[in-house]
Amino acid sequence: MKKIVIDEEFCKGCGLCAEACPKKLLSVGKKLNKQGYPLVEISDEDQDKCVSCALCARVCPDVAIRVYRQKKAQ
Amino acid sequence: MAVSVQPVFERPKVLKTTATHYCAGCHHGIVHRLVAEAIDHFGVQDRTIGIGSVGCSVLLYEYFDIDVVEAPHGRAPAVGTGVKRVHPDSVVFTYQGDGDLAAIGTAEIIHAANRGELMTVIFLNNTTYGMTGGQMAPTTLPGQVTTTSPYGRDVKVEGYPIRMAELIAMLGGTGFSARVAVDTPQRVLEAGKTIRKAFGMQIEKQGFAFVEVLGACPTNWGMSALEANARVSGEMMGYFPLGVYKDITVSA
Amino acid sequence: MNNRLFVKGNEAVAMGAIEAGCRYYFGYPITPQNDIPEYMSREMPKVGGFFLQAESEVAAINMVLGAGAAGGRVMTSSSGPGISLKAEGMSFMAGSEVPAVIVNMQRPGPGLGGIDASQADYFQAVKGAGHGGYRLIVLAPWSVQELYDLGMLAFDLADRYRTPVMILGDAMLGQMKEALIPHSYHRPADLPEKDWVVCGKGRRNHANVVKSLMLKDGELEAHNWHLHAKYDLIKQRETRCATDNLDGAELLVTAFGCAARIARTAIDMARGEGMKVGMIRPVTVFPFPSEVYLQATARTPKVLCIELNNGQMVEDVRLSVDRQADVRFYGRPGGTGSLPTPEELLEQIRKHYKD
Repeated sequence: MKKIVIDEEFCKGCGLCAEACPKKLLSVGKKLNKQGYPLVEISDEDQDKCVSCALCARVCPDVAIRVYRQKKAQ
Repeated sequence: MAVSVQPVFERPKVLKTTATHYCAGCHHGIVHRLVAEAIDHFGVQDRTIGIGSVGCSVLLYEYFDIDVVEAPHGRAPAVGTGVKRVHPDSVVFTYQGDGDLAAIGTAEIIHAANRGELMTVIFLNNTTYGMTGGQMAPTTLPGQVTTTSPYGRDVKVEGYPIRMAELIAMLGGTGFSARVAVDTPQRVLEAGKTIRKAFGMQIEKQGFAFVEVLGACPTNWGMSALEANARVSGEMMGYFPLGVYKDITVSA
Repeated sequence: MNNRLFVKGNEAVAMGAIEAGCRYYFGYPITPQNDIPEYMSREMPKVGGFFLQAESEVAAINMVLGAGAAGGRVMTSSSGPGISLKAEGMSFMAGSEVPAVIVNMQRPGPGLGGIDASQADYFQAVKGAGHGGYRLIVLAPWSVQELYDLGMLAFDLADRYRTPVMILGDAMLGQMKEALIPHSYHRPADLPEKDWVVCGKGRRNHANVVKSLMLKDGELEAHNWHLHAKYDLIKQRETRCATDNLDGAELLVTAFGCAARIARTAIDMARGEGMKVGMIRPVTVFPFPSEVYLQATARTPKVLCIELNNGQMVEDVRLSVDRQADVRFYGRPGGTGSLPTPEELLEQIRKHYKD
């Protein structure tokens, strides 16, 4: 599952999230959005490593990151 | 054992799904979100009225799904006073930058605080006039180069940066005054709590509540987003220490 | 309410405002209008209203902006330098279409000037006072009774057209006492509902935004044409003017406000001497009663305009008559010892009547 969802219309590629990620799973890539900003990326493999701490989302100035976690139901 | 997906972090309800006009790495967006979370937290969207100011945050109404009045430059606390007197049970906040609040609007902010107007003031201090192109602000640091202090701010000529959170704390009508920053996840969390507190005090009718937020302005500082973010703690906090300067809900 | 009262002009306009439902007043002291904030500070709490002395005229007008945007019937008052300081706020209110009433008890300038009667701020008032090419509705009372009556009307006009309205008095009108017959306010049944105000979204499915910044393609131009159309409608519907003895007049004398009071006495003296003098007194100076001048000068092509300034309204008179009449002017700019006497104006009427 995707724990990190980047809203591509909102992201401006500032990289503050990449800096904040304790596991360094995010990086500013080469793909541009409609406004011409480079987008932050996370690979599928790294999605699995993500611990859903949401530090990236907290520092994102553009509220471009949604964070989810798996919940084990009884 | 079934596995379900649970949201950890989502967009606050009161924030419209609109991309902002702010530059990459500008801290306004974080502060907007924290304000929106406070409004959501108290469930007061239906009675919140925002007072927009002049500067980068002038388009407040594009981002918040609430009633908004746009004030002339520096006058948001006066406009907020008028709104609040007509609707005493509304939740009124102003959102102002350093030029707006600490230069042209000095009289209005001082007197609104001194009267103890039941409103919340969010003050974004990024040591420059962002919207007009990086001119010297009342909070520009000594020696800082701006487009109108090209040789660096000379305190002998232009005076000293004003510490608003401390100044506001000295006034009788102030219930709460604090300075926060949003340059690290931990500080964003603390800033969120502080802004929530400042809204809570208004809702509980406990006095004028003021939150100064140290913000980054990468574009006008001529820095990358990461460099600008680092300047907040590296250069600004020495002159503008974080902390709570007044809180009448806590006994000494 | 049929008692005859003996009150000051400044108090009369405040009484009219409260009777009309004004419940918010924000102001700052300046001579010669201090009786207004004093009256409001005393009387507002008695009717459940709210008075606040602001830290400046700038703050006061912006409190008015906030209260007006929030749907309250709100007023401020000032004079001379104070009105200059309020100009920015009035521009914002015109632009964002916020109704409110601004009382201007004129004093002579420029600068600190003086504190006596003057009409030096006619231009400032009828041209809107601030930046951006907007108009205020400007009411020009000439008596204590009219200060009271127009004090009521101003709030209806403000609400009907979503626009700031100025009551243009002066030191003499504000400070003098005369008889006033108070009467009850009757709210016009057709005043539009204020569904645009900020009060919290409540159950509305859209937010209300009161603003004057218009950055989208074509948005500002469309807004200015909208305001222009509104001012045209105001011209059609709200022009008010008092006239007498226009038929058969050899000379038309025109003046507004306190100048019209002095002129009134001089005209009566002139008629006593057998002169056929008509009188035109604009009650609204924006909208200006141009049509009255145009029609009257078709029959009597000579006008003497009398003002307490060096010649301001006379320009509107000349524009109105479109060169079909000989428009003359007599005025003095105000200041201590500079109020013309009726005899002085009679002398002018005699002179212009003859040649």
